[in-house]
Amino acid sequence: MATATAPLATQLEELSSDEILRYSRHLILPEVALEGQQRLKASRVLLIGAGGLGSPLALYLAAAGVGTIGLVDFDVVDVTNLQRQIVHGSKDVGRPKLESARDRLKDLNPHVHVEGFETRLTSENALEIMRDYDIVIDGTDNFATRYLTNDACVLLGKPNVYGSIYRFEGQSSVFATEDGPCYRCLYPEPPPPGLVPSCAEGGVLGVLPGIIGSLQANEALKLALGIGESLSGRLLLFDALSTEFSEVTLRRDPNCPVCGDAPTITEYIDYVEFCSGRPTPA
Amino acid sequence: MAVTLFLPTVLAKLADGRAIESTGDTVGAVVADVATRYPNLAPRLRDEAGQPYPFVTFYLNDEDIRFNGGFDAKVSDGDELTVVPAIAGG
Repeated sequence: MATATAPLATQLEELSSDEILRYSRHLILPEVALEGQQRLKASRVLLIGAGGLGSPLALYLAAAGVGTIGLVDFDVVDVTNLQRQIVHGSKDVGRPKLESARDRLKDLNPHVHVEGFETRLTSENALEIMRDYDIVIDGTDNFATRYLTNDACVLLGKPNVYGSIYRFEGQSSVFATEDGPCYRCLYPEPPPPGLVPSCAEGGVLGVLPGIIGSLQANEALKLALGIGESLSGRLLLFDALSTEFSEVTLRRDPNCPVCGDAPTITEYIDYVEFCSGRPTPA
Repeated sequence: MAVTLFLPTVLAKLADGRAIESTGDTVGAVVADVATRYPNLAPRLRDEAGQPYPFVTFYLNDEDIRFNGGFDAKVSDGDELTVVPAIAGG
């Protein structure tokens, strides 16, 4: 499986005695052990979105000891977020999500370094924000940012840990690994409004992002550790109403516009206004 | 050929449920049959010309039909066709 980065064991930073105690349930796992925990500490993971998916992601990655967590979000905490966005609390309503999440993560694990980007991910800033991270996690809530995240991951050669939810259903996969498919191999182009569940039809079972976001955290940790079998090449589907997981096979599409053999997308595209008009490259 | 088409919950309300029994020789014929029987579901499955959308993927027994001829892919008795539309919530 693809791994994010693999620094030599001798280059990894030592853990403090506080950290050794904190991570003791990891350290006794042979698949993690001291070196794996040091790899987590050395890893840099970027979370696009600090909302429903981003909440459990940020909490579990911080708790697990991922050394540097980048957060990209420009929103403020609204009381309607709290039904599912568990990194934020009632006292945080009105605060920027970045500040709220940072406080919670630092309380959970002071050994973690949190880097905040209070902005929307755009074609202008994607390279600068993403280039110093090993793993990118797509926890955003709109098609425009999903396509931009995917394209940037392909162009930068970074794995994209994908999760998406709607009402009672969720999807997860890992895109843009060395030989694996990307999001555009699955869905070559974003939909126009009205033909897929629209923003206005919204609604989501509060626990659903907890389930899908936790699966994404699992994939990110495995990539950072270089263990297990990733979801690359597989799309995991979850139905909360029937409590059913299913899986379909994903293949890299040789005709994919961004990761195919003759890509036509070679720079970042800003799609606009998916909810109020037909998407057009800006 | 008797084929079962599986819908996600969000589209099931436009049909009689999540699993629809249908017949046809190709994926396109099965989709056309279902689209005729459920007119409200039709525009969520394929475009006005009857062609697949780039944001709704069909899996024939868990394999993406685009790698096997798209809507022209042949189906066999007992095949399962799963519809997976793009979703973006987070």
